[in-house]
Amino acid sequence: MAGFKSTEKYIASRDLEVAVNAAVTLQRPLLVKGEPGTGKTVLAHEVAGALGMNLIEWHVKSTTKAQQGLYEYDAVSRLRDGQLGDERVHDIANYIVPGKLWEAFEADKPVLVLIDEVDKADIEFPNDLLLELDKMQFFVYETRKTIAARHRPVVIITSNNEKELPDAFLRRCFFHYIRFPDRETMEKIVQAHYPDIRKDLAREAMNVFFQIREVPGLKKKPATSELLDWLKLLMVEDLPVEALRSNEKQVVIPPLHGALLKNEQDVHLFERLAFLARRGS
Amino acid sequence: MFSHLILGLRTAGLPTSITEHLALMAAMQAGVADYSVEDFYYLARATLVKDERHLDKFDRVFAHCFKGLEPPAGVKVEDLPVEWLKQMAEKLMTPDEIAKLESLGGFDAIMERLKQLLAEQKERHEGGSKWIGTAGTSPFGAHGYNPEGVRIGQDKSRNRTAVKVWDRRDFRDLDDTVELGTRGMKVALRRLRRFARQGAATELDLPDTIKSTANNAGSLDIKMVPERHNTVKVLLFLDVGGSMDDYVKLTEELFSAARSEFKHLEYYYFHNFPYERVWKNNRRRHEETIPTWQVLRTYGPDYKLIIVGDAAMSPYEVTMPGGSVEHWNEEAGSVWLERLSGHYRRSAWLNPTPKKSWGQVRSITMVNDLMEGRMFPLTVNGIDDMTRELSR
Repeated sequence: MAGFKSTEKYIASRDLEVAVNAAVTLQRPLLVKGEPGTGKTVLAHEVAGALGMNLIEWHVKSTTKAQQGLYEYDAVSRLRDGQLGDERVHDIANYIVPGKLWEAFEADKPVLVLIDEVDKADIEFPNDLLLELDKMQFFVYETRKTIAARHRPVVIITSNNEKELPDAFLRRCFFHYIRFPDRETMEKIVQAHYPDIRKDLAREAMNVFFQIREVPGLKKKPATSELLDWLKLLMVEDLPVEALRSNEKQVVIPPLHGALLKNEQDVHLFERLAFLARRGS
Repeated sequence: MFSHLILGLRTAGLPTSITEHLALMAAMQAGVADYSVEDFYYLARATLVKDERHLDKFDRVFAHCFKGLEPPAGVKVEDLPVEWLKQMAEKLMTPDEIAKLESLGGFDAIMERLKQLLAEQKERHEGGSKWIGTAGTSPFGAHGYNPEGVRIGQDKSRNRTAVKVWDRRDFRDLDDTVELGTRGMKVALRRLRRFARQGAATELDLPDTIKSTANNAGSLDIKMVPERHNTVKVLLFLDVGGSMDDYVKLTEELFSAARSEFKHLEYYYFHNFPYERVWKNNRRRHEETIPTWQVLRTYGPDYKLIIVGDAAMSPYEVTMPGGSVEHWNEEAGSVWLERLSGHYRRSAWLNPTPKKSWGQVRSITMVNDLMEGRMFPLTVNGIDDMTRELSR
C-alpha cells in the first residue's frame, strides 16, 4: 500500500497520516477541517504528489451547485444555436458540459479530487453529492447515460466550519481536524520551507509570532501560512534580529506586520498595547 | 469488537452509527492501524468523530474504554513485588547460579543480578512472548500490549505518547456545551446568521423568462428576480445589574456582531424581570423609561423576542403584584411575561447560568414554565437550539 507520509515540504502529524491512509485505503472521502491557514488545501497537493496522482481541484463558492461538479446542460447555447439553425442542435450531448467529478471519473488512472471549502456552498450542497461520492457514479438525465468512475478517485474535502455539514454526508467521510501546530512542529515546518533561514532570525520571529497569537482579543490569529509569508518578507528585507526583539515590558509592533495582522482592528489593538507599554515604562 | 467503544460514544452523546463502526472495522482489516495503539486511536478518531466539537468527548470515552491499555507511569524495577522477582529469578537463572549468588550475598545479591538481567534484556530483547523484553506479549516490559502490562523503568514509551494524546484533552475548548468563549462566540454567530438568512441570492426567474421569451416570439429574454432581503427582526430584552452585567455585555456583542444579518435589532433593558417599564439607556434608566405597552405596540408580533437573564430571583418577583425589588408593580411579573410571549409569535429566554443548576432555583423553573420550556442556556448548543426554535 502506497502510504502518505510527511514530505520535505509538508510536515504531517501522525494522526493526519493515519487519517489520510485510512481514507485512501477504504476509498472514502476525507473531510479536513481546521483554522484557516493551517494547510488544508496544501494537504491535497501533497497527498497527490505522494501517491503520484493527478489533482483535480474543485473550488466551491457560495453560488456553486452540486450539479456543476457533475455536468451542466448549456441550455442557452442550445437555444441560440436553435435560433441560428445550427446542425449541432439536434444532439443534446453537444450541450452537456462535464464538471470536475465527471472529469475525475473518466480519468484513465486514479486521480485525487479536492473539493475545497465545501462549507461555502449552499447548505444542501453536500447532500446533493451523497450518492455520487458513495457510489462514484451519477446519471445524466439528458442523455440517459450513467457515468461511473473507472477508478475510484481519492477525495479530499476541506471545510472552514462556516456551515454545519449534514450527518448523512459526514457518515461517509473520514474526518480530521488539523490542530494549530505547536512550537516544535512549527520549527520543523519553517525548516522545511526555508532550509537556509538564519537560525537567530527564525527563533526571534517564532517568539514574536507565538506572542502575537497569545494576545487576547485578536480577530484573526495569524496561522502557519501567515508566518511563512512573514518569514519570507523578513528574509527578503534582511532585517537585523534586533528589530524583532522585544522584552516582556515592551510590546512593539513587529516589522512588516501586514503579513501577520490582516485586520485593521488588530493593528489598532497592537498600537494601543505598544502605546500603553511605552507609557508604563 | 470495540462495540463497547461505540456504545460508550453513543452514551456520551456522539452521533456514531453502525456505518462508522463498519468503516472502522474495514480499515482495521485493511491494516491501516497496524499494531500500534496510537495509530488505532487516530484511526478510530478519524472514523468515528465527524466534528471537532466531539473530539474532547471522544478522548474521554476512549480513555475510559481502553483504560487497561495505559501503561502505568514508569514502574521501577525496585518497586516490583519481591515474590514476583523471586519467581523471575527462578525462570531467568539456573539453580546453580542462584545457589552461587546466595552463597555470595543472599537474596539481595540475587535481586541485584536480576536487575542487571532485566536491564540488559531491555536493550536486546524484542518480540516474543517471554519475560521482559520489549514489543512482546508478556505481561511485563515496555511497548507490549498486554492489558495488565507493567512497565519496567523506561523513560520513553511508545504507548504513553498515545495515552497522553487522549488524556491531554486538547480539544476541550472545542466542546460546544461549555459556555461561550471567544471561539464559541464565532460559532454562535454563525448559528445566528443561519437563522437570519432566509432565501437564496439573485436568481433567474424561470417562469417569467419563459413567458417573456414566448411573448418575444422565441428570442431569449432573461428575467431576473431581485435578491431577497433579510426579514428577520429581533427584539432583545436584557437583564442588567449585578451578576448579569458580564453576560449582558457578551450577549450584546454577540447580537450586534450579527446585526447586519437582521433587518431590525432592538435592545431594551430591564432589571430582574420585565415589568411595565423598560429602558434603552442604562445610565439614565431612572429618568428615561419606556412603557412596555409602548414596546408591544411599536414592534409587531413578527419580531422574535429574546429575553436574556439569569431568572434567579425571589419567587414573589414573578408571581405577586408589588413583588419587584425596585418599585411597586401593579401587575405581577408573570402577567407581563405571558403578555410578551403571547404577543410575539416566537420568543425564547436565554439563560447564562449552567443548565445543570436550573432545577435548584425555584424562580428559574417558574420562568421556564411560563416560557413553556423555551429557556436555553447561553452556550453554542443553546443558541443553536434557540435559533431552531425561533425560526420554526
